[in-house]
Amino acid sequence: MYVYDEFDRAFLAERVAEFRDQVARRLSGALSEDEFKPLRLMNGVYLQLHAYMLRVAIPYGTLSSDQLRRLAYVARTYDRGYGHFTTRQNIQFNWIKLEDLPDAMAALAEVGVHGIQTSGNCIRNVTTDQWAGATPQEFDDPRIWAEILRQYSTLHPEFTYLPRKFKIAITAAPKDRAATKVHDVGLRLHRNEAGELGFEVLVGGGLGRTPFVGKSVRAFLPARHLLSYIEAIMRVYNQYGRRDNIYKARIKILVHEIGAEAFAKAVEAEWEAIRDGALHLSDEIIADIRSRFLYPDFQPRADQPAALATALEDPAFAAWHRNSVHPHKVPGHAIVTVSLKAIGAPPGDATADQMEVVAALADDFGWREIRVGHEQNLCLPNVAQEDLPAIWRRLEAAGLATPNVNHISDIIACPGLDYCALANARAIPVAQEIAKRFADLERSRTIGRLHVNISGCINACGHHHVGHIGILGVEKNGQEFYQITLGGRADEHAQLGTLLGPAVSYEQVPGLIEDVVDTYIELRAGPDELFIDTVARLGVEPFKERVYAAH
Amino acid sequence: MASPQQQKLKVNGPVAVTANRLTDGAVVWRTAQEDWSPDLADALIVTTADQAIALLASAQKRDTDAVGAYVAPVVIEADGAIAPGNLRERIRVAGPTFELPH
Repeated sequence: MYVYDEFDRAFLAERVAEFRDQVARRLSGALSEDEFKPLRLMNGVYLQLHAYMLRVAIPYGTLSSDQLRRLAYVARTYDRGYGHFTTRQNIQFNWIKLEDLPDAMAALAEVGVHGIQTSGNCIRNVTTDQWAGATPQEFDDPRIWAEILRQYSTLHPEFTYLPRKFKIAITAAPKDRAATKVHDVGLRLHRNEAGELGFEVLVGGGLGRTPFVGKSVRAFLPARHLLSYIEAIMRVYNQYGRRDNIYKARIKILVHEIGAEAFAKAVEAEWEAIRDGALHLSDEIIADIRSRFLYPDFQPRADQPAALATALEDPAFAAWHRNSVHPHKVPGHAIVTVSLKAIGAPPGDATADQMEVVAALADDFGWREIRVGHEQNLCLPNVAQEDLPAIWRRLEAAGLATPNVNHISDIIACPGLDYCALANARAIPVAQEIAKRFADLERSRTIGRLHVNISGCINACGHHHVGHIGILGVEKNGQEFYQITLGGRADEHAQLGTLLGPAVSYEQVPGLIEDVVDTYIELRAGPDELFIDTVARLGVEPFKERVYAAH
Repeated sequence: MASPQQQKLKVNGPVAVTANRLTDGAVVWRTAQEDWSPDLADALIVTTADQAIALLASAQKRDTDAVGAYVAPVVIEADGAIAPGNLRERIRVAGPTFELPH
């Protein structure tokens, strides 16, 4: 966990007091809506279809148990008893009253949590691997670098009014769990042949109405130059990014229009001028940030302890263990994914009670730490293997142990037309119906790894372009229709899906997905060939022929 | 020549003016008394673009009660009841179309 200092606490308290005053002035009429709207957005407050929504950042997806408990308190006290975890490691409260927002924000600020820069044309919450600091795969803890970027980008005066919003993601493992290739800037932390730590820098990725996979503009950037290089990128974008057309204002459009090579050249020129200036990260600064991350005092333990072996005789526990428990860098420990995808439940939603269960598990077994993944699940990153049976029992009792992580019912979905003022079609009920069709967990295990992503509009908050199966809701003549894509992926081999065929109606979607899956089962080279690999091998045509013949 | 606002607004049936209540964002409807009601049944229904533009202008006079006013389609049922005119408005009136977490 990162430990905030007095500066952070004082800043947040001042910001809450400022917002409290702004809300009072708005309610009294001293501020018009036009004056107030940009102020509330800067604090993560949106006005949705039928209520205000507060988006709260969870920096690099890391929460303490106290923070999660406080999110539960806010959900219960000021909202309707639940929250929605998003694809950018944020949580959204969907029903908060404007008049209650200052109190809710004050409650969050007490534990160092806020909604600042979760909206607006600024650098948003920097996201990373939810297994950071725990996975044996990584070169370094990416949260150190995310925290450096957080401090740098928070209220940065030069980058508060960018052409458009700006999203950065970092992975420090070869296996990319942070979708770095579909961010404005993706950073891949690794070591060069000399053993030095540095980043491959990708720029211009993104989804929305014009999706692109990010382009590599630098194969290796020494880590100490992170801030100066990011500043150079931001300056080039700030100078040349379009402001005349909101649909062409993201950095991906600039990179696409001038080409990655020309963009990189402009960045390098800017960087040369500033690389050894004030933004140079000295060893002392890096060490200071690093020292403020407190790590568990792991005690040596045996792998596969007897208590675990005994518990694995229970098929239900074994199914969960096989699906939701992952290797840890410390022997005798494990990473646990907590599925927020119970069959038939809204993807990514957690009730206040469930948040408190996970917080208590983190207290009792997990060094008081919880993570949020972009797949809209939670994670206990540091637990002892011998505690897994007890953890499972408590998760199971709270409806949080569905063994469907990375399976077809582990669906990523945006709030869609049920909440969002921008949406054209519903996403959550579509996800619920598909999950019900695949409720048989043995069947879903047979299908294997398969990511379904659903967005309720072209803005693509559900990342449909990079779903193995992507579903995009559109509106035609007042009716909901859905376009299906196959073959997208968000990992280190990121690519955009290919359109399967004509859009189908709301009612037809679940059956069509079943037909796609049945076709995969029929065509796959063997039980070990994943859906995404079958699509890569055969293309979408065989699927199209079968699926549309049936509809 | 029609004003720019008139050029944009097409009214092909009964419509009402709706907005979100300032204090809590709840959905409200403009009434004949130039007030706001959370009940669609209280909405003033108009059927021409001129009437809709006038109703919208009246709704936008002050923004301390409700914000984001716009013209929304409605349907008059056989029994005279007023119903939302499309899915978006049905969701605004009735809430999400699935059971909320609890």
